[in-house]
Amino acid sequence: MDLATVIQLLDSTLRLATPLLLACLAGLFSERAGIFDIGLEGKMLAAAFFSAAVAAMTGNVWIGLLAGTAASLALAALHGLASITFRGNQLISGVAINFLASGLTVLIGQTWFQLGGRTPSLEGAARFQEITLPLAGVLEPVPVIGPLYANVLSGHTILVYVGLLAVPATWYVLFRTRFGLRLRAVGENPGAVDTAGVSVVGLRFSAVLICGLLCGLAGAYLATGLSAGFVKEMSAGRGFIALAALIFAKWRPWYALAACLLFGLLEALGNRFQSLEVLGVTLPTQFMQALPYILTVVILAGFVGKAIPPRAGGAAYVKER
Amino acid sequence: MTIMKSLFGATAIVALGAAAATAEPGLIIDLGGKFDKSFNESAYNGAQRWLEESGASYRETELQSEAQREQSMRRMAESGANPVVVLGFANASTLEKVAPDYPDTNFTIVDMVVDQPNVQSVVFKEHEGSFLVGVLAAMASDSGTVSFIGGMDVPLISKFACGYAQGVKAVNPDANVIVNMTGTTPTAWNDPVKGAELTRAQISQGSDVVYAAAGGTGIGVLQAAADEGILSIGVDSNQNYLHPGYVLTSMVKRVDNAVYEAFEAGAAGEFQPGIKVMGLDNNGVGWALDENNEPLITESMKATVEETKTRIIAGEITVHDYTTDGSCPAY
Repeated sequence: MDLATVIQLLDSTLRLATPLLLACLAGLFSERAGIFDIGLEGKMLAAAFFSAAVAAMTGNVWIGLLAGTAASLALAALHGLASITFRGNQLISGVAINFLASGLTVLIGQTWFQLGGRTPSLEGAARFQEITLPLAGVLEPVPVIGPLYANVLSGHTILVYVGLLAVPATWYVLFRTRFGLRLRAVGENPGAVDTAGVSVVGLRFSAVLICGLLCGLAGAYLATGLSAGFVKEMSAGRGFIALAALIFAKWRPWYALAACLLFGLLEALGNRFQSLEVLGVTLPTQFMQALPYILTVVILAGFVGKAIPPRAGGAAYVKER
Repeated sequence: MTIMKSLFGATAIVALGAAAATAEPGLIIDLGGKFDKSFNESAYNGAQRWLEESGASYRETELQSEAQREQSMRRMAESGANPVVVLGFANASTLEKVAPDYPDTNFTIVDMVVDQPNVQSVVFKEHEGSFLVGVLAAMASDSGTVSFIGGMDVPLISKFACGYAQGVKAVNPDANVIVNMTGTTPTAWNDPVKGAELTRAQISQGSDVVYAAAGGTGIGVLQAAADEGILSIGVDSNQNYLHPGYVLTSMVKRVDNAVYEAFEAGAAGEFQPGIKVMGLDNNGVGWALDENNEPLITESMKATVEETKTRIIAGEITVHDYTTDGSCPAY
């Protein structure tokens, strides 16, 4: 494997990891506050559709991004309403959101564009353009670091950098602010938070809405950054891989970055090599595709440390009976 | 009670008879969606053409999930539609089971052979059409490396890949053909993001012409090829217009003709069970040339590909069909 191949692989890894990372951090906020969210997939899909649709109509990707995020926030609010306000089952609400997004995007898309749920192809300012980081050209001749900076880190759309910056931001918010402490507490022991006079419902709603915002970015990146338009079901299970990454990362932001990069790398390897020779054993590409799930099962089974979810996760908070 | 039963039975038979007299043809659109710019859309266009020309009507339903195949096939047959056209290889096992239950309904399946007395199986010689676009790809390539992206990893898609590789090697025996499949589940037909990523991976390996046979995933492939400034080849429908100047040609598979002819035969009462093969000789497959790709196709390319076509039809060139033995001589 020469340097050019490695660079291409890492470049691809970063592109593929970004939607996973944004969705994974989204799930992290929600689950740390005690709200399980398997509706990441649906929120991404809705955001992908509305960002592409509005970008196609207005010709401005930023307005599209706003619309996509708004759609994702609306679904997040629905999830909050069902599972926080009405204390419904969080998993069922999440499944419902996935179905809702899958059906609604195609239905609305067909009504608006008559293209069978697709949006028209986006061109020019209607999609995110790749940006070159400062000094990329100057640093390129520097051995190893130069090409890595110029060809791997530079030359992505802005949402990739937003995704990478969201990791330290998430860490800071969750572990260095009062809001973060309370948010984590509400996922472990909401009764204690309530006794301290802090609103459990308010905290959980803000966590769910942050989750909606990040899912919106992930979806918009799929439709307007990675591709040029929406195709039905284009999230293709990435929301579920993000959930797997979240468990793999044991609900921690920096681990989430590592897990998403690992899953992205596995996908990039699977794309680049149809079969991979490792120590004389040929691994077929299907194995690479299944590996994220296998790894998650291994983690869940407790082979590599224990993955302990937030204690109050999945349970609605009932103040008094 | 028995009298009641036979009475009901008689009414049912009368109702069935009435339905058969005014039978509308039925079309079941497969997963991937009606407007996939590709396979299903071509079928839909054939049905629409029949609609306009005959002035009659037809029934249509679109599959939303793998689990609905049997249910929608039965519902279509029970609603009195005749013939019922089902699209795609994935329906074969279901149709095998359903067809004997409705002996009075004629079925047409596209892309797969089902051996039942009331089933017509339309198969295409995709390997021949792919051979032709392979010839064009090899002539258009400067790097000597071309590539293929398939949708779901099934023998039918390998048939496209194998024909293409043979066409490429016929022009340039030293050419390198990279073959990638998007995935092993039906989501592989609707993943433009992965399609684009595969395209970029192939470009980094030197490919400068990419052929996509991947349904909705192909939209991402063609987009990435246009973004990176290499040539692409569309499939099933004519996709040349998607990115004028970047789509070298399209391997058209006239699913529309298959549907149109099935509807036409059904209306005229001339339904013929058995296998119907659509190849280069009866315009079942071919390559697309229109104003969008005219500047890309040189005179010598056009002459070579037309000559190849004549020689395949005449039997001078035999294109190996992957599905016959599950292997390909070209890769």
